[in-house]
Amino acid sequence: MTKYETVIGLEVHVELATKSKIFCSCSAEFGAEQNESVCPACCGMPGMLPIVNKKVVELGMTAGMMLNCDINRVTTFDKKNYYYPDLPTSYQTTQLFAPICVNGTVEITTSKGTKNVRIKQIHMEEDAGKLVHDDWTDTSLVDFNRTSVPLCEIVSQPDLSSAEEVVAYLERLRSLLRFAKVSDCRMEQGSMRCDVNLSIRPEGSDKLGVRTEIKNMNSISAITRAIEYEVARHIDALETGSEELVQETRRWDDIKGKSYAMRNKETAGDYRYFPDPNIMPIVIDDEWYDSVKKTLPEFPEVKKARYVDKLGLTEYDADQLTRSRALCDCFESASATCGMPKEVANWLISDVMKMLNKKSMTFDMLSLDGNKLGQLIKLVEDGKVSRANAKKILSIMFDEDINPEEYAEKNGYIVSNDTDQIASIISAVVAGDPKAVADYKSGKEKAIMSLFGKCMRELKGNCDPQVLKELLIDIVNKA
Amino acid sequence: MKTFINKTDSKLTNLVAFDDMILTTELPTTAGSKMLDGYVSLFEAEVVNKLKKAGYNLAGKVNVGEFNVDLMGETSYFGAVTDESGNLVGAISEVMKDTDIVATIAVDVNGAQRRAVMATDLVYLKPTYGTVSRFGIIPTACSGESVCVIARNASDLEKILNVIAGHDDKDGTSIDDSRMNSEKASAKAIEKVAFLKDMFAISEKDACEAKKALESVGVATADIDSGVLSKAGSAWNILMSAELTNNVSRYDGVKFGYRSSNYTNIDELYTNSRTEAFGELLKTAILYGSEVLSTNNYDKMYDKSLRVRRVISEAMDSIFAEYDAIALPVASKKVFTAKDVADNAYLAYEESRFTAISTIVGLPTIVKCGYQIIGRAFAENALLDLLRKIEKEGA
Repeated sequence: MTKYETVIGLEVHVELATKSKIFCSCSAEFGAEQNESVCPACCGMPGMLPIVNKKVVELGMTAGMMLNCDINRVTTFDKKNYYYPDLPTSYQTTQLFAPICVNGTVEITTSKGTKNVRIKQIHMEEDAGKLVHDDWTDTSLVDFNRTSVPLCEIVSQPDLSSAEEVVAYLERLRSLLRFAKVSDCRMEQGSMRCDVNLSIRPEGSDKLGVRTEIKNMNSISAITRAIEYEVARHIDALETGSEELVQETRRWDDIKGKSYAMRNKETAGDYRYFPDPNIMPIVIDDEWYDSVKKTLPEFPEVKKARYVDKLGLTEYDADQLTRSRALCDCFESASATCGMPKEVANWLISDVMKMLNKKSMTFDMLSLDGNKLGQLIKLVEDGKVSRANAKKILSIMFDEDINPEEYAEKNGYIVSNDTDQIASIISAVVAGDPKAVADYKSGKEKAIMSLFGKCMRELKGNCDPQVLKELLIDIVNKA
Repeated sequence: MKTFINKTDSKLTNLVAFDDMILTTELPTTAGSKMLDGYVSLFEAEVVNKLKKAGYNLAGKVNVGEFNVDLMGETSYFGAVTDESGNLVGAISEVMKDTDIVATIAVDVNGAQRRAVMATDLVYLKPTYGTVSRFGIIPTACSGESVCVIARNASDLEKILNVIAGHDDKDGTSIDDSRMNSEKASAKAIEKVAFLKDMFAISEKDACEAKKALESVGVATADIDSGVLSKAGSAWNILMSAELTNNVSRYDGVKFGYRSSNYTNIDELYTNSRTEAFGELLKTAILYGSEVLSTNNYDKMYDKSLRVRRVISEAMDSIFAEYDAIALPVASKKVFTAKDVADNAYLAYEESRFTAISTIVGLPTIVKCGYQIIGRAFAENALLDLLRKIEKEGA
């Protein structure tokens, strides 16, 4: 029986994390009302000219640097012509002749070990709008919010050979691009999607088989299923002749678990690319290149090693923190403020992550000021605020911009060192509960705990538990 | 016969007219096409804005050939402008006749405006590409289209130029003011003009009159061969059609402009809207443009034309190393008739050979009495000075 190997190349689109669109100043943020973020330019009205958003170019360069690409120092935009109602100008401005990045590599790790996946190119382009079909009136409506939202497309060489590798590659891209703040890579919001180019060939053959392209995949699990389905379909076609394989574009139906050939009309055609005469070639000089290079973050695994070796975190803690750039940033600035990285890691992993989960927020959505977290931790370690009260303050800090020390003072969360005051409160509590005193004196050690709790409540938690305990026993014994 | 497609009925003074490629918010902008009949822009062109700010008032929108690529406006959906004997008359010259309109601002893509004034007393100036903003110009062939000015004399041209020239952040091809100013400051006066003798040889217009006028103001003249410059027309036809195809593809009946009432699906909506609303010459250009951009032809036609553009630019540089300007006729004939264009559908493309020379490389050009004089980049003032001297001599 012939053994087959799978050859896969991916085209991954990620939405660049800019505030505004690629050629106009409309908002590029997700979630606006339909046709709210539009202007004459992104609606394709005649007379508007494209002005390139500098941030888009910088994020394109950043993506390339993260993926070990060469950056084209002169990069140009081209027009790609096709008619579709969600494309207001009937052309998409993209890059064909001189894309921003070429020749990169991404290292992936799977159950079979590590492997380099080559990147052919990364190019910048604008997104199209969205058609909303109304079955009731049998009409289609267009939402132009997404038109001209900046994307970059990362094109790999056909170096992947299984669904597992594809998933590892996508996760690696996601991690690197999120770390560099190029994109939030959220598949469910469409800010990361991919086209899978797949063919099979007898193992060891150097000839490529017939290739099919599955378009617009936007979930990891669907990608895995689609690849498995396509591989089986291709093998079946070759072995049994059940169908003739043709080079075509297919759509994956995740509910039915099947792929379908797209109508020719949706895919066929000559895009008639040509250079956009309205956009001058963009020249990336050394100064600009270096300024972008300086903003690159450490790779996640470099950070992790540093956390373990230099800051003394456990492997587990370092692993948890380096899952998100936002967590790392918060960790690093909090550690710098309080000088206690292990303590900061504990707070982030046990308390902050829990709070994020409770609010159904991703780690990248964390907006906690690391410096202030550091101040709070210092207050606890200095014995100025109790741990329990510090947690209350932390939950406020999540939503509001407060200074932890000022807030603690204002709300009576500062630990009292005034033993006379503490003693008088204890005396009042003890006087009010003669039964507990009697119980304790008759040998029921536990009775002291209920007195302790009452005292702590009266003190609003602002007391060193050790101090309280010693004073309490002293007073009870004398009573 | 419409000279103005739409007109303000104001009794204001300081009037300027705009050809109907330039977007205005108070009047519709049609590009001479059924496709945009009644289309009112949401925003105004930068040239309109600048002139209004400088105290000029809008007289109206001048008739243009459909998307401005024909010979002399004959393909306008609103009708060609002709005189009693059937000669094509540019709508611009009719608009300027017996009025106090100071100037008409137009967009020159394929030389129609130069031909429109060639048999009149009007003068024409096309400034260097990038000195006047194209923001708010209905796009046709962006790499060569330029805002141009038609007026009665050099000083009116200069007055208008001073208002409309200058950097605009809304146009990515607009040149920085600092560069514009330093280039202008170093511009040389025009003392030696090269006449393209083979271009005169294929024109009814001979060089004598122009040489006499130039020599009377102390400018030396010499005949040269146009060499590679004679290929400008073919190259520009390819580039222009390609860009035009792309720029008019947005008119698909979906968002704005004409929509056919005869369709049952999206493909019919596209096809019928465009079939019903576009004229024959434009359709020819669209097909030609699609062809030159197709995968099979891109290298040998479109890319080759881009290379020809560069070679022409280099040839111009070497001419300008010796001469300060280049003179040639505007067209092969002194007058075109409606019959000429009816007999030859490609006349506008053929006549391109005269006008495309300065269009394809974006150099400043003046026109007077059927002659074009092309200057170095940013030599507008030198050209205007020359024009003023000739006017003074009464030539």
